[in-house]
Amino acid sequence: MSLPLIRIRGLCKSYQRGGQSIDVLDRLDLDVAAGEFVALMGPSGSGKSTLLNLIAGIDQPTAGTIEIGGVDIATLSEGQLADWRATHVGFIFQFYNLMPVLTAFENVELPLLLTGLSSRQRREHVEAALGMVRLSDRMDHLPNELSGGQQQRVAIARALVCDPTLIVADEPTGDLDRHTGEEILQLLGQLQRDLGKTIVMVTHDPKAAACAGRLVHLEKGVLVPDVAHAGG
Amino acid sequence: MFLLRLLLKNAFRHRLRTGLTLVGLVVALCAFGLLRTIVDAWYAGVNASSSARLVTRSAISLTFPLPLHYAERIRAVEGVEGISWANWFGGVYITESNFFAQFAVDAPSYFALYPEFVLDDTERTAFLRDRQGCVVGRKLAARYGWQVGDVVSLRGTIYPGTWSFTIRGIYQGREAGTDEQQMFIHWQRVAEAVRQRAGAGGLADHVGVYVVSVRDPDEAPMVSQRIDALFRNSLAETLTETEKAFQLSFVSMSETILLAIQAVSFIIILIIMAVMANTMTMTARERLAEYATLKALGFRPGFVVKLLLGESLLIAAIGGALGVAVTFPVARAFAASVGTLFPVFAVSPLTVALQVLAALVVGAVAAAWPAWKMSRIDIVQGLRHVA
Repeated sequence: MSLPLIRIRGLCKSYQRGGQSIDVLDRLDLDVAAGEFVALMGPSGSGKSTLLNLIAGIDQPTAGTIEIGGVDIATLSEGQLADWRATHVGFIFQFYNLMPVLTAFENVELPLLLTGLSSRQRREHVEAALGMVRLSDRMDHLPNELSGGQQQRVAIARALVCDPTLIVADEPTGDLDRHTGEEILQLLGQLQRDLGKTIVMVTHDPKAAACAGRLVHLEKGVLVPDVAHAGG
Repeated sequence: MFLLRLLLKNAFRHRLRTGLTLVGLVVALCAFGLLRTIVDAWYAGVNASSSARLVTRSAISLTFPLPLHYAERIRAVEGVEGISWANWFGGVYITESNFFAQFAVDAPSYFALYPEFVLDDTERTAFLRDRQGCVVGRKLAARYGWQVGDVVSLRGTIYPGTWSFTIRGIYQGREAGTDEQQMFIHWQRVAEAVRQRAGAGGLADHVGVYVVSVRDPDEAPMVSQRIDALFRNSLAETLTETEKAFQLSFVSMSETILLAIQAVSFIIILIIMAVMANTMTMTARERLAEYATLKALGFRPGFVVKLLLGESLLIAAIGGALGVAVTFPVARAFAASVGTLFPVFAVSPLTVALQVLAALVVGAVAAAWPAWKMSRIDIVQGLRHVA
């Protein structure tokens, strides 16, 4: 394994609910190398989504460090974290989370608005990203004019367009039929192989997890030993 | 540019909801403008009054006349430049509903004191020569289709009998606020008629009010005191006040009503503010996941505030523009329906400015709470809203 892009040490996360403290993650250590495709699996309530949120910088740990590319994101302020996410993280959600009033083109353009690129440069980037997910012919369509698979491909293009260090995917095939889900997983695998993207994906589906290079199991907030795969 | 496009798309995402909100805004702002215009119209006489003119009336009541011979004594008071007099005629044109003000005036001196009533020289001469003649305002003539030479008959209520007057002139207001719905007749004709009916013991040589012009408006209070001092302890004591104060004394009778109208106009704005705030809160709640997604992508909380505030201000601005535009024809229709009740009824620039301001305040206040709330949403909680 090359130098880890993600280095997590002693990560704890607990929530206060009804006056009680509920531990979701307990002193978790994890390394993910640059260019790795990792699948997080585990039963409901195991803490896999919480771990993904912490890695993506949209949640704050109770204790521990999360170093990504050498930066401990647990120490960043809200504003710094927002800037860091804009530069380093691409998001893929289960329900795509596209803006319904924006076309596919405009949805993909959204993260680029934070970069200071000119309109022409943004157009070039968006067209390239949509070309990569084979949706060049649908760029003027609204999300409700696209199928679920196409919407997820737009979301992948949005995640890619800023060329982030890390792509986090929260059950990207959870809302898709099997065939479309496979297409999306192939696309993610392609991003990892051809573009060297580091991908961390949460999934319930063992077949989806099998597409990843490495499987990480969580149970009750702790890791169970890694399971390596030949594929991915 | 992108933000503006997004604001426009968001604003008309739920066309029915936005449409109904716009209708509410237009109705509220139009009602606000109309009510304010009614209040302005009530004060039109006060605003149009001159600071260089005084009105002298009986100290007991306006209904008590003053002797005509006071005129020469008032004219001799230091600081007085000119004097004229007028009686309220109170005639009825066909029916009581055709109300308009009629004054019996000493024509040569009266028009000299009121330069704002602009009358053609030929018409002025014709009026001065004809004791059976009258002069009417442009709006009044337009309302009844009168032209110079027409004969207008009034049924006297204070001065009994049927009175016919030939229109010798139609005056125009020099300023927008000048009352163009009055009729002026010769005081001498009325006095003569009273003398014939009641004889020497009647009130033929009495006037309703004296109008006094002063050389220096700053000296008006002193001149007032000097005039009233002249007639102290006489049978007909006087009360002299500025024309503005005289006009205000009429308005003050209905001041409570005016205050209520003003209060209602602001309550209407508060109601639409609450309606709009409810709309924006619903909008924000529906888009919780979208705002969470934007924040996850790296947009700062300020961007979410801009989205909500911008959308609210955009809707309010459209509603405000439509509300102002609708106010003018509605005010015209209202003025036509109430006839000559309001001599001057026009939507003022201040009212338009207040309508625009009210629209913007409604837009800003309505979005303030949801914008603040959405800017602080927890991204993880917000994203769960999708599922």
